[in-house]
Amino acid sequence: MSSTSNTSTHHTSTIGSIGAPSRRNTELALLVFAVVIPVFAYANVGLAMNDEVPAGLLSYGLGLGLLAGVGHLAVRKFAPYADPLLLPLATLLNGLGLVAIWRLDQSKRLSNYAEAAPRQLLYSAMGVALLAIVLIFLKDHRVLQRYTYISMAGALFLLLLPLVPGLGADVYGAKIWIKIPGLGTLQPGEFAKIALAVFFAGYLMVKRDALALASRRFMGLYLPRGRDLGPILVVWVMSILILIFETDLGTSLLFFGMFVIMLYVATERTSWIVFGLLMSAVGAVGVASFEPHIQTRVQAWLDPMREYTLSREGVQDGIVHSEQAMQALWAFGSGGTLGTGLGQGNSDLIGFAANSDFILATFGEELGLAGVMAILLLYGLIIERGIRTSLAARDPFGKLLAVGLSGAFGLQVFVVAGGVMGLIPLTGMTLPFVAYGGSSVIANWALIGILLRISDTARRPAPAPAPNPDAEMTQVVRP
Amino acid sequence: MNKPLRRIAIFCGLLILALLIRDNYLQYVKADDLADDTENRRVNIERYSTPRGNIIVDGKAITGSVESKSGDYKYKRTWTNGPMWAPVTGYSSQAFGANQLEKLEDGILTGTDDRLFFRNTLDMITGKEQEGGSVVTTLNGAAQKAAYEGLGDKKGAVAAIDPATGKILALVSTPSYDPSKFAGNSDKDAEAWNAVQKKNNPDDPMLNRALREVYPPGSTFKVVTAAAALENGEVSGIDDATKTPDPYQLPETTGDPLTNQHGECENATLKYALMVSCNTVFAKMADNVGNEKMIEQAEKFGFNNPELDTPVRAAESIYPEDNAPQNAMDGIGQASNRATPLQMAMVASAIANDGKLMKPYMVDQLTSNLDPIATTDPEELSQAVSAETAQKLQEMMEAVVNDPQGTGSSARIDGATVGGKTGTAQHGLNNSEKPYAWFISYAKLSDGSSPVAVAVVVEDGAANRDDISGGGLAGPIARDVMKAVIDSKK
Repeated sequence: MSSTSNTSTHHTSTIGSIGAPSRRNTELALLVFAVVIPVFAYANVGLAMNDEVPAGLLSYGLGLGLLAGVGHLAVRKFAPYADPLLLPLATLLNGLGLVAIWRLDQSKRLSNYAEAAPRQLLYSAMGVALLAIVLIFLKDHRVLQRYTYISMAGALFLLLLPLVPGLGADVYGAKIWIKIPGLGTLQPGEFAKIALAVFFAGYLMVKRDALALASRRFMGLYLPRGRDLGPILVVWVMSILILIFETDLGTSLLFFGMFVIMLYVATERTSWIVFGLLMSAVGAVGVASFEPHIQTRVQAWLDPMREYTLSREGVQDGIVHSEQAMQALWAFGSGGTLGTGLGQGNSDLIGFAANSDFILATFGEELGLAGVMAILLLYGLIIERGIRTSLAARDPFGKLLAVGLSGAFGLQVFVVAGGVMGLIPLTGMTLPFVAYGGSSVIANWALIGILLRISDTARRPAPAPAPNPDAEMTQVVRP
Repeated sequence: MNKPLRRIAIFCGLLILALLIRDNYLQYVKADDLADDTENRRVNIERYSTPRGNIIVDGKAITGSVESKSGDYKYKRTWTNGPMWAPVTGYSSQAFGANQLEKLEDGILTGTDDRLFFRNTLDMITGKEQEGGSVVTTLNGAAQKAAYEGLGDKKGAVAAIDPATGKILALVSTPSYDPSKFAGNSDKDAEAWNAVQKKNNPDDPMLNRALREVYPPGSTFKVVTAAAALENGEVSGIDDATKTPDPYQLPETTGDPLTNQHGECENATLKYALMVSCNTVFAKMADNVGNEKMIEQAEKFGFNNPELDTPVRAAESIYPEDNAPQNAMDGIGQASNRATPLQMAMVASAIANDGKLMKPYMVDQLTSNLDPIATTDPEELSQAVSAETAQKLQEMMEAVVNDPQGTGSSARIDGATVGGKTGTAQHGLNNSEKPYAWFISYAKLSDGSSPVAVAVVVEDGAANRDDISGGGLAGPIARDVMKAVIDSKK
């Protein structure tokens, strides 16, 4: 840690917090809310749509309660000093997501979704199981440091999977899926996110001094040496390749952004951010100049109504025109301040991906501005708790890993929510925990597991100094 | 490493803040624009989610709602005798939007109008389904039927008004269309819709000729010219001889002079000139009055008003600024002045109402469960002519119908006094196209009250151009409409 930050960190540093309360009971109390709120929401949907309390209420409530309980017990046993907010926040979002998915299952317009909610509950169970496994077997996050380069290989492998002929699936222009016969589809990018964070953290921890100190000053910026530019160039090229071959703006932006954030934290050099922004701008504009899929997305962002009309008229010009962007905006607008009430909106007009990439629009229409703001703040809390964990972590690897994961999580929320709300061009990505999709839910529970592990290590009281065997042995020899 | 970490924390906070701001923009600032966007299917889903309120004529609904089978929309609009009522109601289609009353009073019909708030709240408490309010029209079913059947398969329009109040009693346009045929959103509806579009159907059945089409008014406009002459003192009395040559050389011209088709028009009296429809007398009269005063008089009758809302907006009838020969021809309705059938009915109604022009309207009341929530009060538009002039004009118009020499004998009704004016408007280059047959008239009862004024235009008069075909073609239709109104009062 640099000397400059010492003065300002004393109040958040947990090094001195010996005997800090574990806050496990706080977590339990919050979890009760995180389970009860979605259960009420679930009942609300049933009453609004079918005039009856849904038959599945009990099993749904028990299922979510069980997930929360297992998560809580695993934390209590294996990470007793972990951050008390992360688990309840994730549970609440997961529960609300299940409600929205179930609500869209009921929609007559989207008959093909009929069984999404039970599957999502299964995915959530697998996610919580993975969280428990992480907590049980990953006793210390620093162990991951050993797998720095294996993680890199794993991440590259996962990212390249969708490009394997016969395995990849092109869904509305973005090739970020793989098909596993009999199991459905998988988004390997979600898992690659975690593997890459491990690799960047391990790599930067080793190289940060070289990257930070060996530089020349030019116009107020510290320019890195040419050879130190290597890694950032490699990651940049990788992002560009993802953009070109998988035509996925979101994933590309996510990985590059995560890397720049971690690089900045590791080196404390603002120049890296400047470089990062420049390179992503060059990359994005460069690729957009020849990739029609990206151009369409930008056009749909600038003029969603035109895309809607083109799609309605069934214009065939070799590009898939979609009315979704405009439909999502209408859903938000029709929700207004307080929303139509759960089960009473028409967000299913969005059609394809209404319960995954566009699920925020359902909240927008049915819970209104108030509901969406609450959900965004829940995400904000998760992100800030993650960064706080990073601040509190005592080892650089843990700091980097925590900020990498939290930053990536934040970027993902921004990219998908901003896309659906028309703030930035739309790109296919799932809203963590809320959107339908096994890969996303499972990977994000694992992400929370790692953050919990780091925060547990960070907040755990420092072990009492070991008795010094020399103390007894040393004798004052009197003459 | 903590300083950059804090900055990253702030950066992530800003990302969330940006999302929050965008969300506020979408769901608060732009919410209404997006929610009410006509392309937003929710608008229609809402509109057809409950049985739509009805449009009422003579206490009976001329519209209805049926449960539709198609997915998104629960109810579909129906009309009783759609083609006859379409010029009044307009259409309301799941796929193609709405127009006229169906559109203008949509808030009431759908039940979303603020004025229905109390009722809706009550319904919500008692658990009743929200229901639209009703639009009670001023129309007279018998008159509408007489007009519609009178026009038959001829192309034309009828507008009838109650002179004392301005209530529209009949509003017919033929050929018409049946809005029921495309009220849904199936392929069949689309086919029916396309079939009545102007580009696929030269008869343009969707055009509301009574309100939205302007015609050269032809000889019916002579009534307005006579009014201007009397009001401006160009003639002292309707029985005094005018100084008019026959034929009459239009001012500032050297070509063929204007002639007449009937009668002895040289120095004819105003009354005689109207009775046999002398062109020369009224062209000279218009010239004597002058363009400025002619415009003034026409405007008092409602011309040159681009915003005449009934509440469906009528096309603007025009009396333009013109040079002297054109102005003289305007005086006999054969130059660049144009009028809607409604406008000419207004002319007849003002004369019948002792010079007072009432604003025409067709929505009498808006009701919720037949409790009135808004009532339209009759409104005076202008004093078109003095009561004295109106009396004189009535005397002249009654002569047109009752005098053996008059052109409008076909409009006589037993037990009522009818005043009228025929017209045959020639149009097209060198009058090459078939003329429009016009008839405007009013009926007066023995107590002196006048219950109806009407204007009829038949576009393709199979007309013998020499004949004053207005009397032959349009007159009987006007008579039937007036008779229907008088009979319904009994």
